[in-house]
Amino acid sequence: MAVLSFVEIFEGKIKKASVEAAYYGSKVAAQLGTDSVAVVLGAASAEELATLGTVGVKKVLHANDARFNNFDSKAFSKAVGEAVNAAGANVVVLSFNQNGKLLAPRLSVRLKAGYVPGAVELPEFNGATATAKKNVFSGKATAHYQLNTEKKVIAVNPNSLSPVRGTGTAAVEAFATTLTDADFSTVVKGADLIVGEIPLSEAELVVSAGRGLKGPENWGMIEELAKLLGAATACSRAVADVDWRPHHEHVGQTGLTIRPNLYIAVGISGAIQHLAGVNGSKVIVVINTDPEAPFFKAADYGIVGDAFQIVPQLIAEIKKLKAAH
Amino acid sequence: MKILVPIAKVPDTTSKIAFTDNNTKFSPDGVTFIMNPTDEWYALVRAIELKEKQGGEVVVIHVGLADSEQIIRKALAIGADKAVRVDADPTDAYFVAAQIAAHAKTENYDLIIAGKETIDYNSYEVGGMIAELLDLPCVALVQKLDIENGVATIKREIEGGTETVEAKLPLVICAQKELAEARIPNMKGIMGARTKPLTVVPADATEKLTTVVNYSLPEKAKECKYVQPDNVAELVRLLHEEAKAI
Repeated sequence: MAVLSFVEIFEGKIKKASVEAAYYGSKVAAQLGTDSVAVVLGAASAEELATLGTVGVKKVLHANDARFNNFDSKAFSKAVGEAVNAAGANVVVLSFNQNGKLLAPRLSVRLKAGYVPGAVELPEFNGATATAKKNVFSGKATAHYQLNTEKKVIAVNPNSLSPVRGTGTAAVEAFATTLTDADFSTVVKGADLIVGEIPLSEAELVVSAGRGLKGPENWGMIEELAKLLGAATACSRAVADVDWRPHHEHVGQTGLTIRPNLYIAVGISGAIQHLAGVNGSKVIVVINTDPEAPFFKAADYGIVGDAFQIVPQLIAEIKKLKAAH
Repeated sequence: MKILVPIAKVPDTTSKIAFTDNNTKFSPDGVTFIMNPTDEWYALVRAIELKEKQGGEVVVIHVGLADSEQIIRKALAIGADKAVRVDADPTDAYFVAAQIAAHAKTENYDLIIAGKETIDYNSYEVGGMIAELLDLPCVALVQKLDIENGVATIKREIEGGTETVEAKLPLVICAQKELAEARIPNMKGIMGARTKPLTVVPADATEKLTTVVNYSLPEKAKECKYVQPDNVAELVRLLHEEAKAI
């Protein structure tokens, strides 16, 4: 028996979302009194993989095979399925990130395993049954998913639990899959990464703005505030649709769903479609001239006031705070 | 080119969410149901655009009961050629995916385009499950899709950017924003939809892998703590000392 976490590498480093998944996997292994094992597909250094020991992983199965350097959902499903057998795993944990959202349902079918898409807490085990919570209806309710199958797949929502690092070192073992070239079906032609910015889906702090800013030329103060905080910038659908801001910044029901520790919304009314993308944020600050803006109902802290006066003051006060600490 | 588009029925975003039977069932009282937005706006419209350019056929498939007819007719009005309804309550994603895969096995589709997620369960499941059941390649979070000589060129979202991928057909795509511009059905489409074929088929028996045992609603709405606009320093203090967010 074991718990197997699927760990991804990006530019030689373990993805933050995968560290969370491995930590979650170790916690589940502790609940079950079994070992936490990770599987890594593609090139990675043994030193980097050994650091998974700090989040409780005992052993890493490493398929150091260049064909896995790019994500191919069909090939990855087969390879992780083989790792499940090799590890004797009955629980598989992945991040509910871009690749995990596709790989996990494939694994659920492959392993005939019940699946929790986007667990927000550790599961509860009762005999052979596991129950885990996930957000549904765009965060307006929580559902309790029960898995009765022998094998179980859990994809953990990013930013759901903060890994606590210990001192362990994971043993890295070479892992050979049976995949042939015919198992690979997608070819990556290139990537277009937004350089110099924090990826919104991984950001812990986010500064977001909407139509209240009146025009794209006024985003300077939003970017300055974000830079000062080490935050990513985001926007409402309305401003992405009129090209004031790039589409990849759009958060909301049809854009990205994010769960940062802090979400500062400037000049966004907080329509339900926008809230659907951000209501998992731990702390929400709303700055809006309209005291009736629905966003205040979802906010932890609010200022009814003009963004053009509030944001510069906020920048000045945060600078003071940074200087004092 | 033969394209299959699975469509789901979901509560409108603005619906009040409530549960009955000791919080074990979603309450449809007073809820307006719509076609799942990513299915309608992106998956279906891109499928129709590809057909318009290259010829072929767009089939929509829906797993649901007779009361889903309205959304199926809407898909036909937007431009799908025909529809299949699997006559069963869509209890869970695996059940739905198994029905769609069973249909697809008999029809040799070149392309299956699903929406990335439904707005009720937000689970991102059905497309990937169909692909695994059919042993097909699948690319998700797709923002751009072009087909030439049986090869798809796809732009998909990755952390912090996008990636361009090529794959041969047949293939499963999970669509998201930017893949297409939503279309509003015109009068000709609405009239034509009435006579387009809608086939109703029985469901295949499928085992259940996952069960939703019950639901819960947030205990109470958040209490917003207001800070005066002339006291921004207080907001920074609260964020630092109380919320420990900065």
